[in-house]
Amino acid sequence: MAAVQETVDRVKAIDVSEYKYGYCFDIESDKAPKGLNEETVRFISAKKNEPAWLTEWRLGAYRRWLTMTEPRWARVEYPKIDFQDIYYYSAPKTAAGPKSLEDVDPELLKVYAKLGIPLREQEALAGISPDRRIAVDAVFDSVSVVTTFKEELAKAGVIFCPISEAVHSHPELVQKYLGSVVPTTDNYYATLNSAVFSDGSFVYVPPGVRCPMELSTYFRINEQNTGQFERTLIIADKGSYVSYLEGCTAPKRDENQLHAAVVELIAHDDAEIKYSTVQNWYPGDADGRGGIYNFVTKRGDCRGANSKISWTQVETGSAITWKYPSCILRGDNSRGEFYSIAISNGRQQVDSGTKMIHLGKNTTSRVISKGISAGRSQNTYRGQISAHRKATGARNFTNCDSLLIGNSCGAHTVPYIESKNPSAQFEHEATTSKISEDQLFFCMQRGLSAEEATALIVNGFVRDVLQQLPMEFAVEAQKLIAISLEGSVG
Amino acid sequence: MLEVKNLSVSINGRKILDDLDLTVRDGEVAALMGPNGSGKSTLSHVIAGRKDYMVESGDILLNGESLLDLEPDVRAAKGLFLAFQYPIEIPGVATLTFLKATVNAQCKRRGQEELSTPDFMKRVKAAANKLKISQEMLKRALNVGFSGGEKKRMDILQMALLEPSFAILDETDSGLDIDALRVVAGGVNALRAPGRGFLVITHYQRLLDYVVPDTVHVMAHGRIMRSGGKELAVELEKSGYRDYNAVPAVA
Repeated sequence: MAAVQETVDRVKAIDVSEYKYGYCFDIESDKAPKGLNEETVRFISAKKNEPAWLTEWRLGAYRRWLTMTEPRWARVEYPKIDFQDIYYYSAPKTAAGPKSLEDVDPELLKVYAKLGIPLREQEALAGISPDRRIAVDAVFDSVSVVTTFKEELAKAGVIFCPISEAVHSHPELVQKYLGSVVPTTDNYYATLNSAVFSDGSFVYVPPGVRCPMELSTYFRINEQNTGQFERTLIIADKGSYVSYLEGCTAPKRDENQLHAAVVELIAHDDAEIKYSTVQNWYPGDADGRGGIYNFVTKRGDCRGANSKISWTQVETGSAITWKYPSCILRGDNSRGEFYSIAISNGRQQVDSGTKMIHLGKNTTSRVISKGISAGRSQNTYRGQISAHRKATGARNFTNCDSLLIGNSCGAHTVPYIESKNPSAQFEHEATTSKISEDQLFFCMQRGLSAEEATALIVNGFVRDVLQQLPMEFAVEAQKLIAISLEGSVG
Repeated sequence: MLEVKNLSVSINGRKILDDLDLTVRDGEVAALMGPNGSGKSTLSHVIAGRKDYMVESGDILLNGESLLDLEPDVRAAKGLFLAFQYPIEIPGVATLTFLKATVNAQCKRRGQEELSTPDFMKRVKAAANKLKISQEMLKRALNVGFSGGEKKRMDILQMALLEPSFAILDETDSGLDIDALRVVAGGVNALRAPGRGFLVITHYQRLLDYVVPDTVHVMAHGRIMRSGGKELAVELEKSGYRDYNAVPAVA
């Protein structure tokens, strides 16, 4: 209730079309030469002081990428990307590898303070009760700048560090799991990421351990003409549990910037991973100038029996979103979930959804997708539910609702359903509705402004999904929804 | 006080209200009766600020101030309330959430302090009890899956919480059984006060047995055809509207 009120307050307080995170910071950086070739790949690998196997792995991906073509099946339009006009590596210029917060460039800390992200552990502790602590890994352009609560997590046996560090500290884990869910050959952007990924988070939760706090990564693109290619790898060993949150922002710029991330999740027997995203990359201006191209591959592998992977996403940013967090339900009785709120306004284009691949027996999945289109945006849900012939007893429930605000936007639903096993039960429900004049008039007659009324109605529409988010993120997401819909009515 | 002066309104070029005059004083309960299509609901929507209509001439004043250029939410904050003929469903928004958002929005617009959550809950509980609205119902999404009677009681609850200076009830009695009608009428009567005017729109005498009006106006063809005391409603119940259905002779 308070949160809704807060949403309403925020709508009023903030100027229309103001992207709150649009400032850019002057921080000296260390960049790879512009463009992409084998030298760039070797440069990045050398910067990270990587072992030979990883350099070869990257080069293999790069060579593969040269033979591939950009996917064009999504319902999005954009001019051809010049991959030679991008910097593939940019790092804040500080002494290599900060060991603790004291070594971190104060300018950088200011950035995160302005973004409202608590990096100092004592600060994080001050505002939050002890049982709601969050460990943060902050990734700035291409490198991870700081990870908090490392020691406390280590006591529980949980490894949470930049992936570039894990390559050295836990090479056997990285080598075993990297690319095992999203292979280097997977798709154009995932392959590109494999060649040039610079950093990201690595999480390993040992058998039987319930991770003692929420883990979180904040991604920030700051440099101009720079692509961000982060790679996240999360492994939940037998009987373990981890909840992971991801947040993203970028400055306002007139040109488009590429963000091509890969996230791989592995859940062994009886393990559970909950992965939540609040994506708020710069969406471009009202005329569609600038903004992030968010071309992301996220996939979870329920490798063990009775394992569970749950994706929750609130997508409000980016000029173009191309993203399908998926689950491979390999283990018997495993479960996949996808809860999504995708909001598009202005000239944004969203093509997002999920894949639930049922391979094991009695696997279940649930998909709840809420798409909201406003302005002149286009919002597509694209989903695939499939049952392998051995997936006896597979079940899926999909609910896909679209809400339109105004007369110039579009909502599209493209479900693919394939079953090769006669015992599989798949259900698909879909609705498309508009915020009606009657609803708006009713709310306004009771005293709410047009924008307050819209925010309230939209929050009601997405409630099923908001309830899936960890509490702090639910509040943040609610504010974000109100802000991203500003200027959509009236 | 509500004053409607020489109001002419059209929709898609069709005239609905034709040079209408109506005044309802503070503390007065005025009944507005008339056959289907006489323009009663249009009048209530135009007063509340719905945009689908074209106001061609005339004015609407609430406590001496013109409402015509104001948005519906600003009119609401000035003390205007409309109970809907068909209260609207808001899926996913708990009734309590909605009530608090609206009460606080109006407080803020009037420069008053918002209610604290405990104070707000106290007020809601007291008002809900009077209207036989259960706590469970307050947790459900607003009007979703409510019966006709529940929706009408919920509208009266909102009126009680928002404490308007002028309330319009648009066919609040339609779709109510006799028990629900008594509860709703009791809710309305409890809000009668010297500083608060009511315009009660209805087809039937039935509601007026419980909410006894000070004045009765008969509307047809977009204008007030006749005004009188409460006995006029009784007379209409006997004779029906046939005297008013004929197109009026041009004066």
